[in-house]
Amino acid sequence: MKIKAALATTAAFISASALSAADLEVTHWWTSGGEAVAVSEFAKAVNEKTAHNWVDGAIAGSGGTARPIIISRILGGDPMAATQLNHGRQAEELIEAGLMTDLTDLAEAEGWKDFVYPSSLLEGCTYEGRIYCVPVNIHSTQWLWLSHDAFEQAGIEVPKDWFEFVAAAPKLEEAGLVPMAQGQQGWQQAIAFGALSISVVGIDTWSKVVVEKDADVAGGPEYAKVFQASANARELARNSNVQDWNLATNMVITGKAGGQIMGDWAQGEFAVAGQVAGEDYTCLPGLGLNQVIDTGGDAFYFPVVDDPDVKAAQLEMASILISKEAQVAFNLAKGSLPVRGDIDLSTANDCMQKGLAILAAGGVLPNADQTLSADTQTQIKDLMAEFWASDMTAEDAQARYASIIASAD
Amino acid sequence: MTLADTARVSDNPVRRPKQLFRNLSAKFASIPMILTALVVFVGGTAWTVAHSFTKSRLLPKWDFVGLDQYERLWNSNRWIISVENLLIYGVCSLVLTMVLGFTLAALLDRKIRFEGAFRTIFLYPFALSFIVTGLAWQWILNPDFGIQGVVRNMGWESFTFDPLNDPDIVIFGILIAGLWQGTGFVMVIMLAGLRGIDEDIWKAARVDGIGITKTYVRVIIPMMRPVFVTALVIIASGIIKLYDLVVAQTNGGPGIASEVPAKYVINYMFEAQNLAQGFAASTMMLLSVIIVLVPWAYLEFGGKKRG
Repeated sequence: MKIKAALATTAAFISASALSAADLEVTHWWTSGGEAVAVSEFAKAVNEKTAHNWVDGAIAGSGGTARPIIISRILGGDPMAATQLNHGRQAEELIEAGLMTDLTDLAEAEGWKDFVYPSSLLEGCTYEGRIYCVPVNIHSTQWLWLSHDAFEQAGIEVPKDWFEFVAAAPKLEEAGLVPMAQGQQGWQQAIAFGALSISVVGIDTWSKVVVEKDADVAGGPEYAKVFQASANARELARNSNVQDWNLATNMVITGKAGGQIMGDWAQGEFAVAGQVAGEDYTCLPGLGLNQVIDTGGDAFYFPVVDDPDVKAAQLEMASILISKEAQVAFNLAKGSLPVRGDIDLSTANDCMQKGLAILAAGGVLPNADQTLSADTQTQIKDLMAEFWASDMTAEDAQARYASIIASAD
Repeated sequence: MTLADTARVSDNPVRRPKQLFRNLSAKFASIPMILTALVVFVGGTAWTVAHSFTKSRLLPKWDFVGLDQYERLWNSNRWIISVENLLIYGVCSLVLTMVLGFTLAALLDRKIRFEGAFRTIFLYPFALSFIVTGLAWQWILNPDFGIQGVVRNMGWESFTFDPLNDPDIVIFGILIAGLWQGTGFVMVIMLAGLRGIDEDIWKAARVDGIGITKTYVRVIIPMMRPVFVTALVIIASGIIKLYDLVVAQTNGGPGIASEVPAKYVINYMFEAQNLAQGFAASTMMLLSVIIVLVPWAYLEFGGKKRG
């Protein structure tokens, strides 16, 4: 009976939309080489499997540039058919204001709950019991990427964790290399800081600060180690004068820098450059210290539109984005992990396998987008931008971090 | 005939009450503009200021928290640095564009050859947007490819000129680009002003044996007061709005060393999804404009009535 009802609902969705083709404008900020390849897989799936056209609305620049444009378009009454956002709290108020399409019926008909793994992904899309977005991938930010070429030039072994990497830094410098590549932008520095904090103090202390927002712990002696590690990292990245993350990754790819702390999307760049994980580069999830990754990621939201054709097409598109074929094609190209627990990724490379193994072992954390509001995150980014570019002491930075956490929501 | 008659009649002070209906069609036609000014500008401003006392996040909400947003604003390092940067940029840019603009205009006014060519060259940067200007100067000031690189390649190995990567002087790197872009425009306004000066003034000065510099400083500049005021207003509004140049050139970096208030407003309104904090910052910007404008307007317009 239940299955019948589900089938009927799915059929209703499809028959309602089969009538006319719609142009679906999709906004996203996937513009680097690897990302562009990945998003074209989605476009291909939508164009081939439906009568609708994927109209690409890529917005250059990072999410920080794109999100305001996307949000102001939705608020301003000019919504696109679908848009990338990071699920979590970014769209909270847009949902509250009734500007996002409710996908609950579709999700129940297709049984998303049964195959989306880890389930926290769907929770990130849920607001007051209703589902408003389609998670499309899992991204984690606790990765250290190491260039085999650079360590060969310095004549040393490739490190196995963050502390070995720090110890190897002088040798790299002697060889005329930059020990750590780091894009000089607040969000990248916040990622490096976040990765260092989980790795250095461990999950319990980390979640006291980031999840429970305990300012005493954030200002305490345990967390001081995090700031000391960040100050070390700042010294290692002193001579890295690039801005964009993919330029920093390129320093690692070309062997000009020893390593970089960056999210797993860096892998797409290595793939485009034709490098092989384990041979040309090494990736260390959790910086090689704690085998955990967070489960942030990208999701597609479907703003409420008036056009009934587009409305029907939105649901069709949602169903395609989460389908097995699209998930495999997209995530292999992007280097991110798929949101379904029921697909075979044996073709994935070394790094993705490491990530999948951690997922399977349950070493998952909530992502900063889920625990901290955009406001608090911006304050942390501002602090990190200032800290990394100046000679601010670790103690000062910690005191200010603690005061941000104290007023965080 | 009748039209002229009516006009003369209503000019009569005895029949004041009819003043309101004078030129009725013109008044009627300006109603849309008056409404726009009141609703969009004044209304919008009042709405913004009122919401700066709330804790609105992504969407505006009436949830008053008093001066909390302002307290947080003035405790924020980034805002303080933004204000300092704007002050440095504002004062330097105001003084230098005026001085350079006037000097260039005065030189061009000395009936030199190829005046048209020079005028075009000086005015050309103004045709570029701030984004293009910012990007161009980002390359020119790039240590590897720009001025520093070129000079080092010519053999002066120790030459260092890298303002955009030095937190202490980065704002001057932006200032250079701003001057390059804006000076030509001020020059053209000044040149128009100079052309408006009667030839006879120069002849009289020459007859009295007054030197050229002295004529400029003592006679011409005081006569050009309205032109200076125009230029001042245009430059000042450009300074307060300073945003796109910074975004294109440094995006606030290194660190937060070249942040400006307008960027703070945009970032907090949209990226941080904290409308009230952005509104508080924009209210402070408006307040600073008013603090500058009110005494000036008082002197400019209040004085005349008394005199």
